[in-house]
Amino acid sequence: MTALAKNTDTAQTEAIRIEGLHKSFGKLEVLKGVNLTAHQGDVVAIIGGSGSGKSTMLRCINFLETPTSGRIVIGGQEVVLRPDGQPANRKQIEHLRQSLGMVFQQFNLWSHKTVLENLIEVPVHVLGIPKAQAIETARALLARVGLAEKADVYPAFMSGGQQQRAAIARALAIEPRAMLFDEPTSALDPELVGEVLGVIRDLAAEGRTMILVTHEMKFAREVASHVIYLHNGVIEEEGPPEALFGNPKSERLQQFLKTVG
Amino acid sequence: MLETLVDAFPTLALLAYEPPGWGANLLRGLVNSIQIALGAYAVGLIIGTAGAFGKLNGGPVTRDLLAIYTTVVRAVPELVLILILYFAVTDLVNQGMVAMGYARVQISGVAAGIAVLGVVQGAYSTEVIRGAILAVPAGQLEAARAMGMPPLKTAWRITLPLMLSNAIPGLANLWLIATKDTALLAIVGFAELTLQTRQAASSTKAFLTFFLAAGVLYLLITLVSGVIFGRIEKWARRGQRGSGAGS
Repeated sequence: MTALAKNTDTAQTEAIRIEGLHKSFGKLEVLKGVNLTAHQGDVVAIIGGSGSGKSTMLRCINFLETPTSGRIVIGGQEVVLRPDGQPANRKQIEHLRQSLGMVFQQFNLWSHKTVLENLIEVPVHVLGIPKAQAIETARALLARVGLAEKADVYPAFMSGGQQQRAAIARALAIEPRAMLFDEPTSALDPELVGEVLGVIRDLAAEGRTMILVTHEMKFAREVASHVIYLHNGVIEEEGPPEALFGNPKSERLQQFLKTVG
Repeated sequence: MLETLVDAFPTLALLAYEPPGWGANLLRGLVNSIQIALGAYAVGLIIGTAGAFGKLNGGPVTRDLLAIYTTVVRAVPELVLILILYFAVTDLVNQGMVAMGYARVQISGVAAGIAVLGVVQGAYSTEVIRGAILAVPAGQLEAARAMGMPPLKTAWRITLPLMLSNAIPGLANLWLIATKDTALLAIVGFAELTLQTRQAASSTKAFLTFFLAAGVLYLLITLVSGVIFGRIEKWARRGQRGSGAGS
């Protein structure tokens, strides 16, 4: 196949592909046929106004939202859907989710578990990794996000920025193929945004595959390899960040960039 | 000191452990009551947990059946339910035994009491636990889902522990109700604390002494329970800020 030949040429392996994705909530069509391809090491930023469908698009990748129609291919494996659009095989979805680390706007750390317990929960109890090994990995990850001393603290006793860094470490603990970020800094006080962006920046620098829904335009421009501007469920414009931010072609995007400064 | 008290109130001697005192009977009744309350509470919690998940995640038939169960059990007075369940169920079991060619069996009072009160407790537990599950932050469940945790594991490792801190006050209430509902079993002749008290009182005519003594025993159960549930609540609320466990 020519596509395969092309991939080997550039030594790129496809990580995530979305084709013709539609999603409706009742009569409201939120996504009207969007496509996305992320190769290993790509950082794709999805930007757009509120209600543009960017979070929904991200949540369809790991089936937190079930697509109305379209194809989702993760690491070359296509998710099998029943005619009604529901995933045909729960196990396949679970397996696929275990390869995607998701970071939420509201952190969503488990409040009855300490930070360390949060990090080892899925590795030990779902993936079957020996506890001692999981703890070792978890401590290393906590050190990397600057939370080594917070291992035994409950999430409620940490700042939003610390909680989000712990949540990123938790997502990394399952050794995901790609990371999905759903507005990771939108719930944070302005002075805490920097520490979280710093962690994400480091992940981008080490070549992690990431899909990032964000309102931080400067940050998107800095870390993304590809930017998608979504408007009313349609990809209005996409391309490398320099082109998209430096020389936006669509009028809507020009206006959007003006309003978000 | 004790002797002067007995001199002043001679009927207190009737509470002695050794005959002619009735103390041993009362304590036997208390043990029976606690045994039944514990059993019924456990049965109720199992029914309640299953019922709550069934009401929240079950199909339409499951939900309808559970709705009928909780509505009927909570609508009919417990005394009536006990009479219905005790006599009807034992009769049903025996008819079944006879139909299958076995001899009639004498169903033990403890087993029947646990079964009957357990069914009653289950209906209330279902609602307490259902409400507590609904109060679990959806984001934390979504985080489990997003990491590929299977549904049953999520229920056991995430939903149940998070739900518990919401449910404890309601469940503590249900426990106290369970201990007192055991008194209703006196009507079917089960020798729990209230029936033992009544027998002792009517044999000796020392009504005030014995019913006060029974009251003190029930109060003791409540006080001890309060301490235990306080600890459980504190544990269930671990990780929550400013959570002085309720008294």
